[in-house]
Amino acid sequence: MSAQAVRRGLLALLAKEPMYGARLRSEFEQATGGTWPLNVGQVYTTLNRLERDGLVVGGGGADDEGRILYAITEAGHAEVDHWWSSPIDHASDPRDELAIKIALAVTLPGVNATGLLQAQRRSTLSHLQGLNRLKRRASSEGDQAWQLVLDRLLFAAEAEVRWVDHVDALLSVHPLPAARKESR
Amino acid sequence: MSDVVLEIAHVTHVHGTGAAEVRALAGVSLTVHAGELVAVMGPSGSGKSSLLALAGGLDVPTSGDVVIEGRSLARASARERAAMRRRHVGYVFQDLNLVPSLTAAENVALPLELDGVRTRDARAQAVAALEGVGIEGLADRFPDDMSGGQQQRVAIARALVGPRRILLADEPTGALDTATGDVVLGVLRSRIDDGAAGVLVTHEPRHAAWADRVVFLRDGMIVDESGDVVEPVFTDQVLAAELAGGDDA
Repeated sequence: MSAQAVRRGLLALLAKEPMYGARLRSEFEQATGGTWPLNVGQVYTTLNRLERDGLVVGGGGADDEGRILYAITEAGHAEVDHWWSSPIDHASDPRDELAIKIALAVTLPGVNATGLLQAQRRSTLSHLQGLNRLKRRASSEGDQAWQLVLDRLLFAAEAEVRWVDHVDALLSVHPLPAARKESR
Repeated sequence: MSDVVLEIAHVTHVHGTGAAEVRALAGVSLTVHAGELVAVMGPSGSGKSSLLALAGGLDVPTSGDVVIEGRSLARASARERAAMRRRHVGYVFQDLNLVPSLTAAENVALPLELDGVRTRDARAQAVAALEGVGIEGLADRFPDDMSGGQQQRVAIARALVGPRRILLADEPTGALDTATGDVVLGVLRSRIDDGAAGVLVTHEPRHAAWADRVVFLRDGMIVDESGDVVEPVFTDQVLAAELAGGDDA
């Protein structure tokens, strides 16, 4: 997970009430079904940056046990509100290895694009089947947070297969762009 | 897994003749065991529905054979084929599964009664089948008074009532929202786990993921098959990277 997501997640938790770093960490892990363990260093580095940017304040120095209580500022509240009201910008993560690989496969001569797509579809489907098994188990164990995370992964993997199918269909209608490119 | 329930052996299926000849299936073999769900995927026109029709004895192959519970469809008369279908095979389609003028229990009991089972026995078996899909309380409801998900559960119950243990499904959750679709597929899966054998035709990868095996059809042939299913093991780093869209920055 990106540092940005940790930063926004911790800030959102502080919007509820001021907290010590240790409690913030455990609340974050609990809220995400224990799937994103944070280390202490990550929490304090993030809090320091949030404080530097004026989004939180560490209240009045350390207490007897050396703990600092962090509270959100007005600017912090504004950032959290903005986060809740804005979609995640996928364009901010342009590095999709599969997209690059397939784009290259259909444009470079001598690459078996159909075979590559087939192999990718098989692999992603096996992954989907594995996720489905995990989800069935999570469902029988009543672990709802984990189920939701698995759903997210299932939909993402499904989208990948659909996209592979789409590219495959396009290639069968417009065969061999590589050959066209070569003849240019 | 040696209990073969359905065996499709080297089937071809040709419609029309001469210039109008279409080879819907060109040598497909598929074996389905008890407790196994096989998903069939492929682009439109790849032969998925033809394969399902042959598997259920609704149509006969041009060559090759379909063996249902150890009995060859190719060597059966039309009447024997109809009896084998009634006794052993159940279908679940996207919609129009149930007879609207019959209650849930009557719909499920119908194939048994057509096969000569006495009404009272058929009703008892139908209620047991409805219990198997978790809706025994709806036995006396009519299809119009049930949700789409409930109707599909009735269809699954009917598909596997009495001695039937071959379930052929064609996009069975097509008209349902994803959460209800998941519930229906979960019910279907649990009935398979109890010892039935299923073939699921779908174009939805997430639905195919409920299967033990996925075969890919193209131009009437099986061109690929999914490998062994390996449950993903998520270390914190792997999971974090997956959820961040591959960028663990």
